[in-house]
Amino acid sequence: MQLHDVWFVLIAVLWIGYFFLEGFDFGVGILTKLLARNRPERRVLINTIGPVWDGNEVWLLTAGGATFAAFPEWYATLFSGFYLPLLVILVCLIVRGVAFEYRAKRPEERWQRNWETAIFWTSLIPAFLWGVAFANIVRGVKIDRNLEYVGGVGDLLNPFALLGGLVTLTLFTFHGTVFTALKTVGNIRERARRLARWVGLLTAALALLFLVQAQIDQGDGKSLIALIVAVAALGVALVANQAGREGWAFALSGVTVVAAVAMLFLTLFPNVMPSTLDADWSLTVSNASSSPYTLKIMTWCAGIATPLVLLYQGWTYWVFRKRIGTQHIADAAGATH
Amino acid sequence: MDMALAPETLARWQFGITTVYHFLFVPLTISLAALTAGLQTAWVRSEKEKYLRATKFWGKLFLINIAMGVVTGIVQEFQFGMNWSAYSRFVGDIFGAPLAFEALIAFFFESTFIGLWIFGWDKLPKKIHLACIWMVSIGTILSAYFILAANSWMQHPVGYRINKEKGRAELTDFWQVLTQNTTLTQVFHTLSAAFLTGGAFMVGIASYHLLRKKHIPVMKSSLRLGLVTVVIAGLLTAVSGDLLGKVMFKQQPMKMAAAEALWDGESPAPFSIFAYGDVSKGHNSVELSVPGLLSFLANDDFSSYVPGINDTNKAEQQKYGPGDYRPIIPVTFWGFRWMIGFGMASFTIGLAGLWLTRKKFLLPAHLRVGEDEVPHLVLLRKKPLGPRLTTWYWRIAVLTLGFPLIANSWGWIFTEMGRQPWVVYGVLRTRDAVSPSVSQGEVLTSMTVFTLLYAILAVIEVKLLVKYVKAGPPELSESDLHPPTRIGGDSTDADKPMAFSY
Repeated sequence: MQLHDVWFVLIAVLWIGYFFLEGFDFGVGILTKLLARNRPERRVLINTIGPVWDGNEVWLLTAGGATFAAFPEWYATLFSGFYLPLLVILVCLIVRGVAFEYRAKRPEERWQRNWETAIFWTSLIPAFLWGVAFANIVRGVKIDRNLEYVGGVGDLLNPFALLGGLVTLTLFTFHGTVFTALKTVGNIRERARRLARWVGLLTAALALLFLVQAQIDQGDGKSLIALIVAVAALGVALVANQAGREGWAFALSGVTVVAAVAMLFLTLFPNVMPSTLDADWSLTVSNASSSPYTLKIMTWCAGIATPLVLLYQGWTYWVFRKRIGTQHIADAAGATH
Repeated sequence: MDMALAPETLARWQFGITTVYHFLFVPLTISLAALTAGLQTAWVRSEKEKYLRATKFWGKLFLINIAMGVVTGIVQEFQFGMNWSAYSRFVGDIFGAPLAFEALIAFFFESTFIGLWIFGWDKLPKKIHLACIWMVSIGTILSAYFILAANSWMQHPVGYRINKEKGRAELTDFWQVLTQNTTLTQVFHTLSAAFLTGGAFMVGIASYHLLRKKHIPVMKSSLRLGLVTVVIAGLLTAVSGDLLGKVMFKQQPMKMAAAEALWDGESPAPFSIFAYGDVSKGHNSVELSVPGLLSFLANDDFSSYVPGINDTNKAEQQKYGPGDYRPIIPVTFWGFRWMIGFGMASFTIGLAGLWLTRKKFLLPAHLRVGEDEVPHLVLLRKKPLGPRLTTWYWRIAVLTLGFPLIANSWGWIFTEMGRQPWVVYGVLRTRDAVSPSVSQGEVLTSMTVFTLLYAILAVIEVKLLVKYVKAGPPELSESDLHPPTRIGGDSTDADKPMAFSY
């Protein structure tokens, strides 16, 4: 295994980490409209991810930075090619971060309601667009001989990509719903479990369609295993949710995210961004990667830093492991709208 | 295509707008993290309530600012690929590494521990909670270091070779990128300027309250901390600025000649306080200058030769081929002066404040004040300033909170525009760095969207800051005064509300 293969795996790991973690906090953001019935419930939801959402988002920044360093050509083609969708994602992430931090900083009804609306949309839109982006990456886009994207925005919104968007949207919502069931107490927890069943079934149908299509197009034996794991885990997650085993349900919806993203990366390899115009113009792990020297330094850095990150980020989750409900939100009793 | 609306021009405007905006928050949060950590340390060690109230007050302002710093930082990470894909392809092998290091080492640190700090007041024992804000502070400083190492490489590329076959620059010595004198002096200068910024922010806001005789014990401690920070950081900013200037005179003579609008080489070279030049004719028509000072800034003596813009332009033409290697002279000239002027103004106001508010040194006993009284401003040995002058000092001190922000912005505008037409000095021109596949319409869209969004957010954030500044330090609750002794919190009451929630 050469270093650029190692880095392909590491980039996959970073995206998997990002979708696993921010996946559920996008889901929680979506639930603020889908599940919460009033302001205290919305606050309960927001506070389940309050201490951790920022750290979750850093997985994206790291995936971006690491792609820049390890596969400059991939970084350049992807981000200049998917320009407008990426702009929308960036705007969402900016507004979303500010919304979490500022929402409670003023008591006015309108102020709080506006930020809550912002949290919903800025969670929903990226959750959808990441699926669109990844479906396009896997399927391939119009890349010319200079490794430049020559298609338009319309090309990115093809049926397969839109289906991919719906898959991430529903999957993250499901992941967020089982997370909510795990992290809350009281009525909202019960309702989260009931909602998880329906969102889970919808996710299963869409994901099956999308992953099987990807498997037929580009899959091999390994990706088939990942596909089976993803779908099986989703099924067992639903059973666990039904049985009230919330920890298992969350762990298994996590496995679904991991396996589904892993499957996409498996169908991609050794390409990183295939060209639909000419297979020779595809970006691959070898023609898009940095020099072995840079990759070696990066490997050392990632090898030392990543376990530490997992350790202290894991510790944060442990510190804030307690379930929360409306009774834990100070001054929530008065503001019930 | 019209140059004013060429994708290159638009991409540069977008980078300028988003980066200057982002950098309003960066120095403020680097210093406020450390200063808040310092105040919390004072609380943990002394158990004096005023330090805890100060921690909560400055911590809140810190959080309002860092939220903006974090979200605008995301754009920074991605716009290289979006608008500057040719640049990214050419230098990614080198430039990407410090960015990835920054994310892996600094961002994770910062963002994880900030969550623990915000929500951890009733979950973590006092000392562990304190350690969290120090971790945040370390994270912000590490982040500055890595990104400045990347920028320094653009100013002065080292530790690389050009791979002709692949058409790109490749890293050969990462250690050199991290430790070259450009990196070290830039880090020194930027961090000291950051502390000048945070110190002035504290001085300004503390002065606002002291002028109104409110929240005196907390604001007096904050004022002193701010003043001491301003004076030390101001001195270090000057020293590091001088070092960085000398490095730049060697590495980018054009930038420094342009900083002076020194058209033709001179020995000794003067430093102009004011100049008005005619770019097309290549000389200044009006000039007011200090003889020999530029020679000193460049080479540590008052008589040595400093090459001018015209000489350097010729030298670069010989080295890199025909072309115009001059940056926009009025921008570099005035940018340099505004940077120094506003930075030093804030240092002077701080130095004056430190002297005027002294506690005991050369201060007769009857002018000393108690814990909850506003200090007299005493200029000479016995006589305090009159009420009018006192009010004026506090007012000017309030204004000083903006000065370093202006100085920082102009410092970056100067150093980045002073490097033009290069994006990587001597290696890659800015016009060759833009994304070939991105259309004019796309860049225009993103520039407009970011500018509008940032403008709206600026209004929201400033209003919020004003609200919390005016509100003053919060009253302490029982749970503030009795932090938990166990991780996860002591409370056996399962329904106890969280000390902090969004």
